[in-house]
Amino acid sequence: MTIDWSWISGHTDELTTLAISHLQAALTAVLLGLLISLPLAVVAHRVRPLRGFLLGLSNVLFTIPSIAIFVLLLPISGLTRTTTVIGLTVYTLVVLLRNTVEGLDSVPAKTKEAAKAMGTRPLRTLLTVEFPLALPVIMAGVRIATVMSISLVSVATYIGDGGLGQLFTDGFQRDFPTPVIAGVVLTILLAVVADAALVGVQYLLTPWKRRRA
Amino acid sequence: MIQFDAVHKRFPNGTTAVHDLSLHMPEGGVTVLVGSSGCGKTTTLRMINRMVDPTSGTIEVGGKDITRQDAAELRRSIGYVIQQSGLFPHRTVLDNIATVPLLLGHGRRRARARAAELLETVGLSADSGRRYPHQLSGGQQQRVGVARALAADPPVLLMDEPFGAVDPVVRTQLQDELLRLQKELSKTIVFVTHDIDEAVRLGDQIAVFRTGGHLVQCASPTELLARPADDFVADFLGAERGLKLLSLKTLADVPQGPAPEGGAWTLVLDEARRPLHWASASDGAEVPVRPLRDADSLLSALNESVAAPTGLVARVDADGVLTGVTSRDDVHTHAGRAHTEARVAA
Repeated sequence: MTIDWSWISGHTDELTTLAISHLQAALTAVLLGLLISLPLAVVAHRVRPLRGFLLGLSNVLFTIPSIAIFVLLLPISGLTRTTTVIGLTVYTLVVLLRNTVEGLDSVPAKTKEAAKAMGTRPLRTLLTVEFPLALPVIMAGVRIATVMSISLVSVATYIGDGGLGQLFTDGFQRDFPTPVIAGVVLTILLAVVADAALVGVQYLLTPWKRRRA
Repeated sequence: MIQFDAVHKRFPNGTTAVHDLSLHMPEGGVTVLVGSSGCGKTTTLRMINRMVDPTSGTIEVGGKDITRQDAAELRRSIGYVIQQSGLFPHRTVLDNIATVPLLLGHGRRRARARAAELLETVGLSADSGRRYPHQLSGGQQQRVGVARALAADPPVLLMDEPFGAVDPVVRTQLQDELLRLQKELSKTIVFVTHDIDEAVRLGDQIAVFRTGGHLVQCASPTELLARPADDFVADFLGAERGLKLLSLKTLADVPQGPAPEGGAWTLVLDEARRPLHWASASDGAEVPVRPLRDADSLLSALNESVAAPTGLVARVDADGVLTGVTSRDDVHTHAGRAHTEARVAA
């Protein structure tokens, strides 16, 4: 298996476009996943009876095979980017929801109690005390969800999307390994860079974690 | 200032935390709630800022029924200090202290300026304001807790075992600081502790609770120690309650005479006439001396009169310069008189 470097240099524009499209699909899914998970996690955290149901539901959704989910969505959203993003979003829920609930659980009762006793109302306590303190656990979930989504985007090749995944189909059909290798390497690169960027974001958002006395 | 009237608190699990409590906590005074765990003292405290609502009865703060006020607004007008400080780990010391002023809409700049001022009030350095709570010692965190409670200058301060988690030396320091602050600020303080010595030290009045949420006795420390209402209170005060009473009396009225010269022991002074130690005439042995000021307690005088080889207590002025000595007999006489007076007054 040899790499045809001239193919790569002749296709840099296409590779860049595919990589950007790949990353966009994954990041949009994580963002949507967060938008859905954060409020649901608050509900699951506060209303004990709903907790098992919501976490269970996210688990069940996660067990649907990825190709099946895209196929199931076809009648609704067709062969579009929307289908890709919805599918990926469903998978992010399991980690994002669980980690957010666990993050909220990890906030010390004493701290919440202090906020209340100082006269902080519940919504403000949630936004200015509970979420910030839950952030390290939530961010751990975001990192997993991001890396997972980046690797999953390729599956959407079956519905004509798939970002870098298109290189795999292309390579296999022509029995030409260079695009496949390029696709794999670029996917890994995207995952590593995105993960490192998230570590940086977390560092910026949690100044109290930087220096341990 | 704070008035409990026939207050009952029964929890959903059926336990009665507070039973028919009527209690007045005077303005500008320190009311200490004591009792063993589960006696309802913390519940009583938490009902004042509506962290717990009573099952029946009324509580008034500053003449207003607290249930008629918005709970969050009520809490902002009442300072609250809890054990292990309950600081926000993700906020700097300065922002922790600024919490209530910010909630009151004072604006960040003004709230931080006020917080910086309070750092000094509670004896913390200005640069500790930029640190995070976990970077401070337990005692420092507790000071931040007090500063945070004082930030909006509330007339009432609730303190729930605030010094429970620090070592005895730091605890005494924090108690001293609180007494100093209180002299300046005259807040109405409600203080929960299970440490009777702390109660005697800090309280203007002490309310003793018994398991089941019964208030057994509420009295000044002197009255409580001289005339406990029943065996429960007497047991709670401990076997040394006679000595504890002496901790409330000062040496000021106890007479003093000139230091002995040429006897078996001589009090050695430095050139500024500050006592250094006792020296034996026979073998030159040196025994340390702990000179006392007028503001020191009869208890410490009793201790020193027992420890000193001559039975004499060295007395000094504010600069530590010797003013005279007091005999063991004089200390004893005054200790006895303190007890008699306390019984009569009570």
